[in-house]
Amino acid sequence: MAAAAFALLPLLRTSLQRHRLRLVFTVASILIAFLLFGLLAAVRNALTAGVEIAGQDRLITTHKVSIIQGMPRSYLTRIASLSEVRRAASLNWFGGIYQDPHVQLVVFAVTDNYFDIYQTLQIEPAGLMAWHADRTAAIVGDGIARRYGWKVGDSVPLKSNIYRRKDGAGAWPVKIAAIYHTDSQDPNTVFLHYAYYNETVTFGVDAVGWVIIQLKDPATVETTAAAVDAMFANSRTETKTSTEKAVAQSFANQVGNIGAILTFVVSAVFFAMLLVTANTMAQSVRERTPELAVLKTLGFTNAAVLTLVLAESLLITLVGGALGMGTAALATAVLSVSLKAFLPFFQIPPLAYLQAALYVAALGAAAGVVPAWSAMRLQIVTALRTG
Amino acid sequence: MNVPLVEVRGLTKEYQRGDEVVPVLAGLDLDIARGDYIALMGPSGSGKSTLLNLLGGLDVPTSGEIRIDGVSIGELGSDELAAWRARNVGFIFQMYNLLPVLTAEQNVELPLLLTSLSKAERRRRARAALALVGLSDRARHRPRELSGGQEQRVGIARAIVTDPMLLLCDEPTGDLDRKAGDAVLDLFDALNREAGKTIVMVTHDPRAASRARRVLQLDKGVLAGGGG
Repeated sequence: MAAAAFALLPLLRTSLQRHRLRLVFTVASILIAFLLFGLLAAVRNALTAGVEIAGQDRLITTHKVSIIQGMPRSYLTRIASLSEVRRAASLNWFGGIYQDPHVQLVVFAVTDNYFDIYQTLQIEPAGLMAWHADRTAAIVGDGIARRYGWKVGDSVPLKSNIYRRKDGAGAWPVKIAAIYHTDSQDPNTVFLHYAYYNETVTFGVDAVGWVIIQLKDPATVETTAAAVDAMFANSRTETKTSTEKAVAQSFANQVGNIGAILTFVVSAVFFAMLLVTANTMAQSVRERTPELAVLKTLGFTNAAVLTLVLAESLLITLVGGALGMGTAALATAVLSVSLKAFLPFFQIPPLAYLQAALYVAALGAAAGVVPAWSAMRLQIVTALRTG
Repeated sequence: MNVPLVEVRGLTKEYQRGDEVVPVLAGLDLDIARGDYIALMGPSGSGKSTLLNLLGGLDVPTSGEIRIDGVSIGELGSDELAAWRARNVGFIFQMYNLLPVLTAEQNVELPLLLTSLSKAERRRRARAALALVGLSDRARHRPRELSGGQEQRVGIARAIVTDPMLLLCDEPTGDLDRKAGDAVLDLFDALNREAGKTIVMVTHDPRAASRARRVLQLDKGVLAGGGG
């Protein structure tokens, strides 16, 4: 059987050469399907990377009703006093604007201990000290710094599309104290001092948006989350405490169920490709009926003929799939340079290549199985008459 | 007494056409000696091609037995029959049935793909077979670049490349002009006389039939005068 299959290799090559234009179109269709799959996988990776990197030892507490509603600042101190909590920091959405009012920056006002929790943000110690020493200082990501040409020491006037200043000034001038680098988080965030924000805004004073809790023991996530919410139960401002991963997932879900969209689009495209490839294979087998009969006459077994047609189908999908994923990898590599500031994780994850390989095999087998079965069951005498 | 290469006993073949049963061969007996060269003649629908297909194991009889070189081919399974065909029978068709995407040499090499021969040895044998039919200079040509006569000679080279004992030819000169047909028949003469091949040839052409050692007339599924 193996020897017979090996013997078919020269035939396989020549079979594929029969209708080159049709082959090119079929491969191109499959290429486009896998290119789309690769790009969507990269988009999905970019949008859900936050979920993957979320810490196992961190909880996030927000207002029970909505994340846009604040909680009393005192909650931060009460949460920090729990025995299971190592640190608790707060985070307020600022709604930052710089120069162009249509471009929304990611600007947070954070408490001083925020960077003790997120040590994956790499900051020069001197820069961090400078930030601590100046309540109008900011720490910015290397992505946004590159985008606007900001350097340490620059003074940047930030505006907000939510808040106004008590003193009527139009902007919050901030001095860049440090630029952080990161391999795993968004490199485009601006961090202000909570104190600077809190003393200048006209409303929402002494309120915190989110409380980030770092636990002493990750095993206590469930009990601590329950304890925090129990502490504020039946109050005017009840809380909802979840793992950081759950919050990140819920954020990702706000832009739609990415997984479901991806699955739907890819399924639709693959189904169309299945029809295209199956049609090509069926047409190919139909045209070659007398030739397949000749092969059987010469002594090729039913299994060998089945293998030949299936191998042809698999080879077409393999070539199309490999070219598609290769093109997608190239496209993401090129696009990620310009998208790095907005989608830092715009890349095809390794798992997507494995999925693509499985899809190639499934598509090739599904498209080829019926024509291969027909070829195998071909009656030699009848088939020779059709020549 | 020599045992015949081909022994056919009580061979019957019927086709089902809707509700109707169409008898094609009716209890046919036939012996073919080793090295024989038989021309099988008869009107259209007399069962000539059906008999040829049954002898080559391309079709299965309704009843009866075909024994070739001691092997009852009706008892072979599908894969065994395919392997037996590859080793023992060479087929030559009226319409040549070459694979159009392959060169002449690759077409001749096809049956050898089923053997354990090395690529170099396969090539060598394919070239030798092409040389035997006088087409060494056309090895790299594809079928559409050859004349009908040349295509048929490639078909003959493909049939003999595995050195089978039995050659089954279905109207081998039916699509050729006289000159090309004669060249093909000359080849059969040589293969029969010099290489000792047993040949069974279905033909409508009395000139072709006259080159055979024996001419059998088939009519309505029965051999005129018996097949002994």
